[in-house]
Amino acid sequence: MKYISTGNKDTRSGFGAGLHELGRSNPNVVALCADLVGSLKMDAFINENPDRFFQVGIAEANMIGLAAGLTIGGKIPFAGTFAVFATGRVYDQVRQVVAYSNKNVKICASHAGLTLGEDGATHQMLEDIGLMKMLPNMTVIVPCDYNQTRAATLAVAEHVGPVYLRFGRPAVPNFTPVDQKFEIGKAQHLVEGNQVTIFATGHMVWKALEAADLLEQKGISAEVINIHTIKPLDEEAVLKSVAKTRSVVTAEEHMMNGGLGDSIAQLLVRKLPAPIEMIAVNDTFGESGKPEELLVKYGLDTPNIVNAALKAIARK
Amino acid sequence: MADIEFLNKMAAQVRRDVIRMVHKPASGHPGGSLGCADFFTALYFDVMNINPKNFTMDGIGEDLFFLSNGHLSAAWYSVLARRGYFDIAELSTFRLINSRLQGHPTTAEHLPGIRVASGSLGQGLSVACGAALAKKLNGDKNLIYTLHGDGEMQEGQIWEAALFAASKKIDNLIATIDYNGKQIDGPVDQVVSLGNLKAKWISFGWEVLETNGNNMEGLLATIAMAKSKTGNGKPVVILMRTVMGMGVDFMMGTHKWHGKAPNDEEFASAIAQLPETIGDF
Repeated sequence: MKYISTGNKDTRSGFGAGLHELGRSNPNVVALCADLVGSLKMDAFINENPDRFFQVGIAEANMIGLAAGLTIGGKIPFAGTFAVFATGRVYDQVRQVVAYSNKNVKICASHAGLTLGEDGATHQMLEDIGLMKMLPNMTVIVPCDYNQTRAATLAVAEHVGPVYLRFGRPAVPNFTPVDQKFEIGKAQHLVEGNQVTIFATGHMVWKALEAADLLEQKGISAEVINIHTIKPLDEEAVLKSVAKTRSVVTAEEHMMNGGLGDSIAQLLVRKLPAPIEMIAVNDTFGESGKPEELLVKYGLDTPNIVNAALKAIARK
Repeated sequence: MADIEFLNKMAAQVRRDVIRMVHKPASGHPGGSLGCADFFTALYFDVMNINPKNFTMDGIGEDLFFLSNGHLSAAWYSVLARRGYFDIAELSTFRLINSRLQGHPTTAEHLPGIRVASGSLGQGLSVACGAALAKKLNGDKNLIYTLHGDGEMQEGQIWEAALFAASKKIDNLIATIDYNGKQIDGPVDQVVSLGNLKAKWISFGWEVLETNGNNMEGLLATIAMAKSKTGNGKPVVILMRTVMGMGVDFMMGTHKWHGKAPNDEEFASAIAQLPETIGDF
């Protein structure tokens, strides 16, 4: 394996670390949270910047409006809650006062996907990428590990405009370099290959790397690209890779409808048709369980990526 | 001292503008705009500290206004234009294709005076609270004003923001509720009654004032009183009694003109009741 994990860490803590740094480096950064400060690891920011933090209680719709209002006066609000409450619960608020009004609000969504685990389907948000990417003006970012989430948090503060930043609860392999700059909208080539391209996002990137390793053992050369920015999609990088490999696997912890696979397919069907296999949740809600058990049960594990790659290659 | 005669003339012209604006595209919401013409005029021509010629999104060093019930766009646009934010000739483009004067207010067309989109109800108080917090962080002593419909009080988010504002002592904010008792489907009391609205706001921890929104002198006095109550650790709300459709006899006191434009015959009758005072666009 080309990449080495320095140990498992949760991406939400990467967000907390990034926010903490922003508290020191950018006086315009303010934060809001809807009664989930501990879950989103916002304590370090709050302790150092009590005047720049707003606890809004269990009132997410109000939080989104407050964040939009805070931008009027030059603040850069980071509004944090679980992905399910940051999107579906407040879709109309995000649509009208953030996206349509083009406000510099950073919607910070933790506990996304199945890997939220035991809390079950009510909290396992699997539609958020779709909801957010449909909104004009919205940038959608899904970093893959702790270091990248920290870097993405720093990067979105510099980007002017609405951002949806998605991360998760479980500790996952931390493998990207600690000092790697996060470039919004720029796909990240992790493994070079020429027979199939695996486009992955979020927690599934590590699994894609594992799959590429297993494929290599079978004598198959797989390319792995981390699509940490779902929107705007790095079309050039996608087309360049697929022009070479001519077969595709997408992997994400999200519903197949509306997710990364859907974005890649939409691009390729218009510009460079190629067989695509999608690793995603297929039109079903999740359930309680341990994160890894859920990923296996819903087909979001390494062996499934390997099989999908073999299928995609066979369909060339 | 405020020039009451001028303000009343301006409000009359705004009402005339509203009727002409909704008649041309044969769509819009004249009722609330007519009812609140005096309020918009008072705010923009007397009360607020604003800089219409150099509009900035951040509005540092200025009072800010947020229209939560965005369907009152016609009256707001009229007052913004007449106060100098943009040319009054542009009022003739209201609700037409390629216009900056969208049916509901938006920042997307970069129309000076607008700082957030509104139309989907219940959101303006939250945005205003956020802007009020930004003013405090910036050490900016200017105030935030809002307008809401009474029917809008049925939206849960209003009460989220009401709780928040009192809890966080947002005392640089004056909210106003257009208390005309009417909404699209009928009298508010019949659709879903607000009960004792004054008691509700008091119990939420707000300073509550009441006024007649169709009497310029009384309205100015109440807003002055509201300003005097800012800075005391409590948000302020004005329950402003207005008559929906004020100024046009057949539109007054009924919900039927909430969201309907007059036909040619009705337009002739309405416009005859609203003589030109300042000069038409």
